[in-house]
Amino acid sequence: MVGYKFCEKLIAKKLPDLEIIVFGEEQYPAYDRVHLSDFFNGKNADDLALAPASWYKENGIQLHLGDPVQYIRNSIKLLQTFKGYVLHYDILVMATGSSPFVPRIDGIEKDGVFLYRTVEDLHLIKSYAKKAKRGAVIGGGLLGLEAAKALLDLGIENPDVIEFAPRLMPRQLDEAGAEMLASTLTSIGLDIHTNKNTAKITGDECITGMQFTDGTSLQTDILVVSAGIKPRGELAAECGLETGMNGGIVVNDYMQTSDEFIYAIGECALYNEMIYGLIAPGYEMADVAVHEICRIHSASPVKTKAFTGFDMSTKLKLVGTDVASFGDPFANGDNVRNIILRDTAKGVYKRINVSADGKYLLGGVLVGDATQYNILLQTCKNKLILPPNPEDLILPARESKKEEGAGIVALPDDALICSCESVDKAAICKAVSEQGCETVDAIKKCTKAGTGCGGCLPMVKDLMVYTMKQQGKYIRNVLCEHFGYSRQELFDLVKLHELKTYDDVLDQLGKGDGCEVCKPAISSILASLWNEMVLKKGNDTSQDSNDRFLGNIQRGGTYSVVPRIPGGEITPEKLIVIGQVAQKYGLYTKITGGQRIDLFGAHVGDLPLIWSELIAAGFESGHAYGKALRTVKSCVGSTWCRFGLQDSVSFAIQVEERYRGLRAPHKIKSAVSGCIRECAEAQSKDFGIIATEKGWNLYVCGNGGSKPQHALLLATDVDSETCIKYIDRFLMFYIRTADSLTRTATWLNKMEGGINYLRNVVVNDSLGMAAQWELEMQGLVDVYACEWKVAIETPEIRKRFNHFINAPGEKDPTVKFDVLRDQKKAANWK
Amino acid sequence: MIKQNDTAVQNAHWFTACRVEDVVENGGVCVKYGDEQIALFYFTRRNEWYATQNECPHKKQMALSRGMIGTKNDEPKIACPFHKKTFSLTTGECLSGDECSIKTYPVKVENGNVYIYIE
Repeated sequence: MVGYKFCEKLIAKKLPDLEIIVFGEEQYPAYDRVHLSDFFNGKNADDLALAPASWYKENGIQLHLGDPVQYIRNSIKLLQTFKGYVLHYDILVMATGSSPFVPRIDGIEKDGVFLYRTVEDLHLIKSYAKKAKRGAVIGGGLLGLEAAKALLDLGIENPDVIEFAPRLMPRQLDEAGAEMLASTLTSIGLDIHTNKNTAKITGDECITGMQFTDGTSLQTDILVVSAGIKPRGELAAECGLETGMNGGIVVNDYMQTSDEFIYAIGECALYNEMIYGLIAPGYEMADVAVHEICRIHSASPVKTKAFTGFDMSTKLKLVGTDVASFGDPFANGDNVRNIILRDTAKGVYKRINVSADGKYLLGGVLVGDATQYNILLQTCKNKLILPPNPEDLILPARESKKEEGAGIVALPDDALICSCESVDKAAICKAVSEQGCETVDAIKKCTKAGTGCGGCLPMVKDLMVYTMKQQGKYIRNVLCEHFGYSRQELFDLVKLHELKTYDDVLDQLGKGDGCEVCKPAISSILASLWNEMVLKKGNDTSQDSNDRFLGNIQRGGTYSVVPRIPGGEITPEKLIVIGQVAQKYGLYTKITGGQRIDLFGAHVGDLPLIWSELIAAGFESGHAYGKALRTVKSCVGSTWCRFGLQDSVSFAIQVEERYRGLRAPHKIKSAVSGCIRECAEAQSKDFGIIATEKGWNLYVCGNGGSKPQHALLLATDVDSETCIKYIDRFLMFYIRTADSLTRTATWLNKMEGGINYLRNVVVNDSLGMAAQWELEMQGLVDVYACEWKVAIETPEIRKRFNHFINAPGEKDPTVKFDVLRDQKKAANWK
Repeated sequence: MIKQNDTAVQNAHWFTACRVEDVVENGGVCVKYGDEQIALFYFTRRNEWYATQNECPHKKQMALSRGMIGTKNDEPKIACPFHKKTFSLTTGECLSGDECSIKTYPVKVENGNVYIYIE
């Protein structure tokens, strides 16, 4: 990765007569090792590639894959590869990376002992684990803990984690933080042993146990070794370059080795006695090396750029637990104030180190909750002055989210947002304001921010939104690839241009040929605006599947039939008709939650016949298939009930007949209760009405479903006429401004100002739209017609209710039913 | 082997499905061919005809002819009415990321008749 980054940065410098030759040991061009485990999530080698082989070609780079360099004779600047290629170089850059460090332990060669580094390793572990009962891991660092979790997932109970140091993740965490992490890990089933030095691995051919230097031992059938990395400096050592700890290639501030013509970058380089095993410092090294090479070969004097030892701040999700450390996590002493938050119940430990004067953040550790990591890191790196109570930085947010936004605003322009790619705040804001990047993907492409570890992406998005707002733009919420407008914009445009068919809308406002997202959305807008028969030619095939056949498609491909029963009130005569129709066409019958009767199992060809009989008996469509008004449920109210205050049934029928067939962004349900006992459950509806002594209370924006939400009180003690007026305005406001498939509850949740704003608009007419909306609603009410009646009377439409085009009247022979409690049911999915 | 191939070629033919005006514009109809069900689509906007199996492979429902057609990056597609899985009308490949795919058939129109090529 670092080698690739070096090439990329060097090419960008456009040096004349530059020839780059890359030798790689693996068969693939450089790939993203950080996200290697994504292999298991369906990504392939090409997805992970940093650039395709063609990129190298286009940029004039010779790429030799599967051909590692075998020796270097630096005295004459010559190298030879495994395949025998001999080359004279001017400058050699070593980015040989690292290999897993394998400690010298007696018995480490036994079967059942594995490394944890490559996809190959993971496959081997997986198959061996099948016959293992007990498992252990050497190494309590990041990879070791991941390996332990992997063993747990492979069905090994309580794997042991053996760490040589006195605590887990000693480079990132302080003692208390490591303790918190250990107790969290113990609770999910890992056995943590610290201060343990493995003396011997026991067993014949296969591992059966481990012995430790403190005299203790344990039994295990599988062992994963993850004891850190070993820089690959063998090649450098062989040709006499200076190497240090574990074989790391010693480099100076400019990434030069002891031979000034050879550079080393990434995990193989040893800088100031430190190996930098993270991607961000690796990229920084590549940048320093490129700068130095250009500087030396430049005719004009260029300032030097030195590597100064990179910040090792890091945040990761470890076995489902956030772990982060930044700045100097261990800062201590007289000149430092440590602020520590520790919640053993939640498994949260947070420590920040603040300068004694309380002005600056020096570093810290976060375990269990690292949501504040980005802003803390920025505050630390940019030496922002801390607020008077720095402890607020790590306390759980008690105030609104606005604080975080303010945090971004406060950052200076040179605040480093993406440390992997060294992208600062100004560059991201500029990409948005000057280069028109208005999606996170566009910003990634343009600035490369977020393309490394991806940890900064939430911040990139916040900056994008912030910058766009600064420019007076709002985030475009477009329908789909065919329309660059939001639903609300489309609604207004369709109305303005008086467009009446889907194709007209697509031709005038969209592009391409439509899809299953925009077709129903536009059809709904057209129906909400003009209330024309939805199956009129030109709009028929743009309706959502259920609207197209005026029925809900059920398992097996039959439909359900729901005649409207306003307010749930029905005469015995009509009940008998429903029973007769159901018998004649062999339908399953069930009472619905909305106080009506659902008839299931109707063949598409039978639908017109069934509806003809129902309509002849005085029924009409119940629109159970549409994103439209469904039912207005009622309790029996003052006509019978001894508690009833108003005639809730009559009002429910009046309301249902007013709004029947009204199409909206989503289905609308309503109810009217005769008193506060609320038997009709009006407070769970999109609009609900409850009788009072003086009139009605109107509630809005409730819903059941997956996230139930109670309706909120909009108006109290209003008379029937006023109540209807308010509902007119409320529904028109909703239909006009909500996104597709958004229920009223969600719509209100997103509304700035919430119910108070809504009340102002509806009751106090703050937008001055009330009269227009009432008029528009009356217009829709006036043109209502039962669409099933139109469908059976229009031959063109009626003929579509046939399964086979070339065998009219023939039913789909694949439809199968089973019997359950003396009725039919759809056969199960095959 | 050669004989079998010959038979196959002989059996392959253009089957007369229906008249152009029978098919709904920008939508689909279901054509019966023996025990088989074929979904026939008239993409009027593009002046293109497509035919596929009528069964959606996801839950094995005879429903594709009742779905909505459209495009994804100019690739014509059909969305099943049951769970909105989408399939390319040209290749039959599932565009919603599933493994399954559907069979497609060549279509031709002559003198107002629509023919589907059966192998």
